[in-house]
Amino acid sequence: MSLTRRLVLGGGAVTALGAGTLGLGWWRVDGPGAARPSSATDPALPLPLGDMTVTLTDHQGRRVAAADWVGRPTVAFFGFTWCPEVCPTTLSDISVWLEELGAEADSLNVAFITADPERDTPKALAEYLTPFDPRIVGYTGTPEEIAETAAAFRVRIEKRPVNQGDYTVDHTAGVFLFRADGSFGTIIDYHEDRTFAVPKIRRILNQA
Amino acid sequence: MKLSISALLAFTLCAGVVQADPIRQGNLEVDGAWARASIGASRPGGAYFTVRNLGNEADRLIGLSSPVSAMPMLHETTVSEEGVSRMAHVEAPEIPAGGALVLEPGGMHLMLMELTGPLEEGGTFPLTLIFETAGEVTIEVPVLSIRATGPEE
Ligand SMILES: [Cu+2]
Repeated sequence: MSLTRRLVLGGGAVTALGAGTLGLGWWRVDGPGAARPSSATDPALPLPLGDMTVTLTDHQGRRVAAADWVGRPTVAFFGFTWCPEVCPTTLSDISVWLEELGAEADSLNVAFITADPERDTPKALAEYLTPFDPRIVGYTGTPEEIAETAAAFRVRIEKRPVNQGDYTVDHTAGVFLFRADGSFGTIIDYHEDRTFAVPKIRRILNQA
Repeated sequence: MKLSISALLAFTLCAGVVQADPIRQGNLEVDGAWARASIGASRPGGAYFTVRNLGNEADRLIGLSSPVSAMPMLHETTVSEEGVSRMAHVEAPEIPAGGALVLEPGGMHLMLMELTGPLEEGGTFPLTLIFETAGEVTIEVPVLSIRATGPEE
């Protein structure tokens, strides 16, 4: 930010013009002057948290509405604990990000929402989350509540059988970031490097 | 099931030695094996390893067995254009001449289905890999933290 300000204020006519354009572009696209695209009307983006009507059960058995997350920035992602692969990888990544953010991350809601409500009871979630950062809260619900949550996040969840009786769950793997006012911020893609992920979380922490 | 043909055989091959160096079998070298600790035995375990082919001809991984799993399977995690992750079963993957078969988080992994007991951090278990040309080799797989994302150095 300070770099941009310096560029805008500095230099002769030509550089000022170039830098001014650059600065203005930044201001409108990414900076405080950007019109925040409301995700409420874009069917590809998660609804603002305040517009979500769903209530879930956390890993300690408490009922929490998605709208209750408004007031703090939120990091939310879907997964299922049966999977020994994507889920621990994502939880490990997020634990590392949170540790890197340190006390800064204390004001975040970090919501791990199961894509597999049948197997992921609150107890199963509590047991699974123990080795990870304690700021991560697991959420489950009835299959209907999870379906409604997935719809609000525009997340796809699909059960698929693997060998006799077992099933796996295909699900959207990104990590969703919401500002403290509940508006949708951005997505951290699966595999995205931590050097990009941590600054993205910092940004939503610093946006009112 | 093709990938568990010698599930019982592995019991007799258990050497109980943790290797740090690559294990050589024919033209193949197996290295960097590790598994994630499991929570109980009700969910599948996950494990990873690398097979390098030092020869001039491709080989294939045609079977897997371990006393810790009644049904070890190779899976590949893929993420679609729309960001949906899915696991798909991989049958008999090739190890290209001069190339490698790499199992790592976010990609190909060994799913240890139907665990016979929990995989406890700090322990090891034998895993037998059966190759089309190079034959059979048993490695010891160290069990790392559930938070581990790669093999120990
Ligand atoms: Cu798998």
